[in-house]
Amino acid sequence: MSNLFILLLVPVISAIVLCFIKDAVRAKWIALFAAILEFGFSIPFLCGFIPDASIQFEQRWMWVESLGIQFHIGLDGISLPMVLLTNGLIPLIVLSSFNKARKGNFFALISFMQAGLLLVFLALDAFTFYVGWEIALIPIYFICALWGDGDRIRINLKFFVYTFFGSLLMLVTLIYLYNQSATPSFEWNAFVALDLSESTQRWIFWAFFLAFAIKIPILPFHTWQPDTYTHAPAAGTMLLAGIMLKMGVYGLIRWLLPVAPLGALAYGQVAMALCVIGIVYASIIAFKQQDAKRLIAYSSIAHVGLISAGVFSWNMEGLQGAIIQMVNHGLSVVGLFFIIDILQERTGTRTLAEWGGIASKTPRLATVFLIILMGAVGLPLTNGFIGEFLLLKGLFDYGTWYAVFGGLTLILGAVYMLRLYQKSMLGALPERAEGIVDIKGYELLVLGVIVFFTLFLGVWPKAILHLSEASVVNLLNQIKF
Amino acid sequence: MGAIITLCILGIVVLYLGLFKAKNALLPVTLLGLVVTLGLLVAEWNNEALPQLHGMVIFDRLALSFSILCVVITGLVILLSKEYFKNISTYLSEYFCLIIFSLTGALLVNAYHNFAMLFIGIEVMSVALYILVGIRKTDLASNEAALKYFLMGAFSTGFLLFGITLLYGASGTFDLTELQAYVQTASEISPLFYGGVLLLLCGLCFKVGAAPFHFWTPDVYDGAPILITSFMSTVVKVASFVGFLRLFSTVLVPLHDFWTPVLLTIIIITLFIGNITALLQSSFKRMMAYSSISHAGYMLFAIIAIGATSVSGMLVYAAAYSLASVIAFGVLILVKRGSGSENFESFNGLAKREPMLAFVLTIAMLSLAGIPLTAGFMGKFMMFNNVMGTYNITLLILAVINAAVGVYYYLHVVVNMYFRKSEDEVVAQHVPISYKVVLIVAAVLTVIIGVYPDSILGFL
Repeated sequence: MSNLFILLLVPVISAIVLCFIKDAVRAKWIALFAAILEFGFSIPFLCGFIPDASIQFEQRWMWVESLGIQFHIGLDGISLPMVLLTNGLIPLIVLSSFNKARKGNFFALISFMQAGLLLVFLALDAFTFYVGWEIALIPIYFICALWGDGDRIRINLKFFVYTFFGSLLMLVTLIYLYNQSATPSFEWNAFVALDLSESTQRWIFWAFFLAFAIKIPILPFHTWQPDTYTHAPAAGTMLLAGIMLKMGVYGLIRWLLPVAPLGALAYGQVAMALCVIGIVYASIIAFKQQDAKRLIAYSSIAHVGLISAGVFSWNMEGLQGAIIQMVNHGLSVVGLFFIIDILQERTGTRTLAEWGGIASKTPRLATVFLIILMGAVGLPLTNGFIGEFLLLKGLFDYGTWYAVFGGLTLILGAVYMLRLYQKSMLGALPERAEGIVDIKGYELLVLGVIVFFTLFLGVWPKAILHLSEASVVNLLNQIKF
Repeated sequence: MGAIITLCILGIVVLYLGLFKAKNALLPVTLLGLVVTLGLLVAEWNNEALPQLHGMVIFDRLALSFSILCVVITGLVILLSKEYFKNISTYLSEYFCLIIFSLTGALLVNAYHNFAMLFIGIEVMSVALYILVGIRKTDLASNEAALKYFLMGAFSTGFLLFGITLLYGASGTFDLTELQAYVQTASEISPLFYGGVLLLLCGLCFKVGAAPFHFWTPDVYDGAPILITSFMSTVVKVASFVGFLRLFSTVLVPLHDFWTPVLLTIIIITLFIGNITALLQSSFKRMMAYSSISHAGYMLFAIIAIGATSVSGMLVYAAAYSLASVIAFGVLILVKRGSGSENFESFNGLAKREPMLAFVLTIAMLSLAGIPLTAGFMGKFMMFNNVMGTYNITLLILAVINAAVGVYYYLHVVVNMYFRKSEDEVVAQHVPISYKVVLIVAAVLTVIIGVYPDSILGFL
């Protein structure tokens, strides 16, 4: 049961099966079954995980004998929360497209992407990591371009070429590092143990940074993001924002800083400044948005900016905050995009000015919306509070001014989120929303689960924090600036 | 050795079959002959590699592995020809015979150990192709392509021959072993020799279609019948690369200080010209022609990265590229039959009409673009890795920029197939069973090599 490879096998098999299912009803139930099965398979790892710094459930095989490439996967305290997040969110994302009459290929792409994402989070070998990194990109491209709206073809081509360019730079770096290691190897351990000169580490820092910053996205590389998020189908946006951008942050923690600490020492301030500028910039733009989906897209830039800043602060609070906030952000952003999708379906619009007063007709929706929103804003007793608190503490230890500007996210976040709530839920009910019905059935289930975890992690954040604590301490001891 | 004789006999047998109007026997006999050839090549695998026939040819691992690849790809192309040539002309047996003779030439180029054989191989390979390119006698584009190819080919052979002569003048031998001894031991290498190396380099670059010697490629690829294009851009190209590799990565290694800067420049120009011009094409076939130029650039990486692994890198890359090209041209034949055009627009809505075709073509395009889990990624990866071992990072950065540009035009056709609707009603074409077999086999091989490259690397 505790064989990590099963986690990769289940989504691949379900993707292959789903390819051949033409019937929409059957497809969605099979997809849901597979997603829940996959989640079930990840429970033993959570239970069997000993929260120390070691790498557990390791598996390795020779992949390409002549080049010394291994297929090497394993779990530690940093990857476990990411794996749980992925496997926990996918069933919700599948459920959220239950009323859309999608054929098997849609769900097949989601499953295939899940395999790629898990490979990224589990990989302990750079080659394995790179393969997962690219594999995750193909399905999401097709999901967004096939079922998206607006100028989907051009937007997604930009998204694809942009991110692909970033990852190719990473590939060059990985090949360089591979050639530097004594016995050519792509192992994470071998990369970290490399004794690289400072000038080398500097350019490695930028090559990695570019690849990850495009994916996350961090400020000057974010231009693909609002368009892609806005014009993707709801499930695609959830996958992108909920899980895929975590690949980038995870890459920072796992690969960038451990491999090029001297580069981070030299340029960490620049990266940090970019993150913090991104927070303020995206928050201000989010405030001006009329399209609700675009608003959340910009808010997402602000939130991940704070998370990345926490990583670059490279201290206990910053890293722990980043890990728990990745989980929190995944939960809240999936919830928010789902609510906006529900509203859009029932009112036929996403424009804030055309909404209003919906709370009076839909008390349940209004309640869960408020709770998830509070989680995103970071109100105490919701999950966002502890994450943002830790992140800001980390930033403060790194440099006071970063914390001051990063802290603006709390205020600005509250402003644009509450504006979103006010414009949609409160005020006078427009004509087009007269007949709106409250959420029920699977919608209530999805949002209920998210609300539960929003409150649960708000009250007891240790559930995640104790998993990652030992690994983070170990990483900090191993890599010192 | 048996392989070459078998192919020669096969070509003559096929001609006689045509004489006796046994049209239905052509395809089975040809395929049978290819299978026998394949068997003979495989049987020779573990034999000690020694120059045969007075040092004329050598069937070492390099020659054998690439010969097997060439034979397999030719088999796939021939399978595609089942219904194709019938529509073009009545002289069916000539096509098969010429393709077989061209393949014989390719095998000679793979296995040459003497410049005489290199020259004969290239000529046998090319002369057959000159005719094949112009096989649509009444079609102007085909005629133009044939003439262009012939003139350019003859011109480049002149370079080649001149180069060989100069090398002979300096060293007094055509034999590769003796030539190697000369390069290693001569107290002073004559200037004639350097001139010869340069001319050889130009001649071979013509053959592989590297810039700035690439001007014939787009027009010839575009004008030739699709199937001939697919043969030309796979088998012939791969064989020319092996000819290149055998000379430059063994015999001329001691002189690498002299020729690598030249080749490096050629590579960079090739990559940029191929990719940027491919971006601007509106015809799928022409895009493939330009992309084949840029792939020539990547394949030349194997030659400048002098090392033991460059052969395996080249093999994986050549296999990936050839399989993907066969798929691309195979699908193009079917699409053209439906819409009558080779433009990107004729692919619109293919995913709805023919999901299978769209799917295999997507795999081929992803492979050409170098996305993981396809053979193309492994090829690119190994090439990059080889170059990283010997050179600085700048070349790789340039290569990577080109790879990103490449994604753009490879996705173009995917976008058209999946995301755009065809404007006028196109009748779904009947896909012959032989096409299905070829396309699926090529796609499966692409994925197998991509997922588990040891499946072919294990042999080397």
